[in-house]
This record gives sequence, C-alpha cells and structure tokens, in this order.
Amino acid sequence: MTVFKAIASLTLLLTSLACTSLYEIPVETPLEPKLDTTGFQRILIAGFVVGGTDDVDTNLETARLLRSQLRTNSDLDVIDSEVISLITAAEEQADFVPPIRPTPEENNSVNQRLGDADTESSEELSEEDLEAYEQIFSDASYWRQLGEEHQNPLIVTGTIHFAPYERAGMVSREREVYDSLGRRRVVPTRTYQERRGYVLSPTFIFIDGGTGATLYTERHREEILYDARQNTPALSSYFELMDRLLPSFLGTLSNESIRGTRILLR
Amino acid sequence: MLFRNLLLASLLTVSDPTFVQADERSDARAQVDFGIAVAQKGLWKEAIYRWERASKIDPSYAAAWNNLGIAYEQEGLFAEAREAYEAALDLEPNNIMIQQNYDLFREINDRVQSDR
Repeated sequence: MTVFKAIASLTLLLTSLACTSLYEIPVETPLEPKLDTTGFQRILIAGFVVGGTDDVDTNLETARLLRSQLRTNSDLDVIDSEVISLITAAEEQADFVPPIRPTPEENNSVNQRLGDADTESSEELSEEDLEAYEQIFSDASYWRQLGEEHQNPLIVTGTIHFAPYERAGMVSREREVYDSLGRRRVVPTRTYQERRGYVLSPTFIFIDGGTGATLYTERHREEILYDARQNTPALSSYFELMDRLLPSFLGTLSNESIRGTRILLR
Repeated sequence: MLFRNLLLASLLTVSDPTFVQADERSDARAQVDFGIAVAQKGLWKEAIYRWERASKIDPSYAAAWNNLGIAYEQEGLFAEAREAYEAALDLEPNNIMIQQNYDLFREINDRVQSDR
C-alpha cells in the first residue's frame, strides 16, 4: 500500500512538472527620473549648509562626491567651481536670525548630565540649528544671481548633518556551538552591546538657476553603528552612508533601472 | 449520403463550445510560446504583441496575462503591468508563481509611487 502511494505521488509530481512550464527570465525595469531635467544642460553642485561633527568637511566632500558621480551617471555638464560656504552666505543675509544656542554654562551642565557622551560641542550645529539657515533656499534672487554667473544651470544645494551617534542594547548575533560528536551548529544569541557610529541626514534641494525657484526636495536619513571597541574613521563612515543614498540622488536626475528575475508561464 | 453525414458531423463539431474553447486555448498557447521565445531573445515589444493577442484570443488564459505583466514591467508601463498581473491573479488566485511576480512588481511600483 505504501509503495503504491509513493508511486502514485511520484507520478502526480512528475505529471504536474511536465504540465507546468516555467521559464525564469531576467528583467530590467526602467525608472524615469524624478525630476524633468530636459530644460537644463548644466548642473552646479553649489554647496551645502552643514552641521554636526567637523571631523569631515561635509560640504567639500559631498560636493566632490556628487560631482564625480554626476560626471559618469548623468548627461548634464557638471560645472567645476569653488564650493560655496552656504553658512557664511546665509549669515550675510540681511534678515538672518541666528539659531538660539545654549550658553557655555548651560552647555556644560547638559554635558555633565549626559555623562560627557558624544554631545555636539558649542561650535557644532545641531539639526535644529540648521533650520535657521534654511531661509537661504527660498531666496530666489540669490540663486538667480548664482545661476546667471553659470549660464542658468540646475543648482543642487541643501543641508547636511553628519554626527556621531551611539546606542546600547540587546543585539542578535549568531554563535557557533559544537556538540559532543564535534558537529558544528549556529545558534542565534542575544547579547548586550554598546555600539557607536554616525548618522547622516542630508536634504538635497534642486533649484532652477534661471528663476531661482525650488523644483524638488529630497530628504534622507541613514545611520551606521559599529561595536564600541571598533575605531572607524568618520570619513569612511561618511562614504559608507553616502553610498547608500547615492542611487536615490542619481535617480532624481537620470534614468535608473532595477534588475531582477520573473517567471514566464506557458 | 456519406457527404451529408460528414458535413453534419463537421458542423456539429465546430458548433460544440468545448471544441471552440480548446481551439482558442491552442491558438493562444501558440502565441504565448512564440512570445516566450522572443522575450528570451530580448525582443520584448514582439513578446507584448504576441501575449496581447493570446489574451484576446483566450481571456481566461492566466499565463498570457502573467507574461504580459512581466513584459509591461520591463517596458516601464507600470499601470498596464498592474492590470495584467491582477487579471492573471483573478483567474488563478492560488498560483504562487504569478503571486511572486506580482509581489516583486509591487515592491518596485510602490517605491516609484513614494518617490513621486
């Protein structure tokens, strides 16, 4: 009876396999750019309002990185010019209201309460501080003037906050164990771990250099954490985080495609 | 007499709805097979033409709609792809291959929608 059942199920399986014809096929799904750039021939990565750690010159590094990426991944001519210090430009504006900063005494008492952890120093701008500088992005005359200097390009600017970050808590990890016969097994375990890393929060703003109007805004937030004993340089963390959001940035300006596979049926 | 009998038999066969359905499925299947062959060579527009014909000949042929969904996706026609996949799933709701294709498509489609 068992043999009969086995033969019957095998026959059923073979019949169903023979009847179903599946063909795995690679597909490449094209995605249109998020922003219509047909009216522009040139692109200017102007500069950014930056805050957080000063271990990395985020303004300069971001401008360099985006320019080099656009040179290979976009049809627009990338303008080589000096990267603007937008913080200075914003502070020079007539109606600039500086961010409210804690006094040195207040800052010290906050740091003591937090156990002098990686809090931002009084020199470093927090994400909230950056908001005070954001009014420059709505100053159409400023961007129009900059656009005129470079033959009305598409201007890329925005804010970038890159700061140290730490978190402690339970972490899942896999552990190898060997039984009495020497067989290896991997078991999931949860351990308490202190981790340190960085948070990168950029906002990219695309401005029409001819009119000074904002065309598109894109916000991101990426974080990376390492074991607290590991000493990872800020610059390599910065590039690791930028790598994650570059496809989305480039997808704003040029076609991208997503590769995958699908199943064709008969 | 023999001729009359043969004529009657052939008329009965042609007017039989099950025979017509089998014939339609066979025609549609030929179109689907051709579509698969050209899609494998990267000729997606020709494949779309074939699978559109197959789905018109036999609108109950889930494989034709599934393949059409894939081809529309490959061409960046997201609204059409969604309609085709959903038609395939309406016909065969338990087909895990169609469901898998549709899930992968939706992942991309949702990303595109949230970006815009």
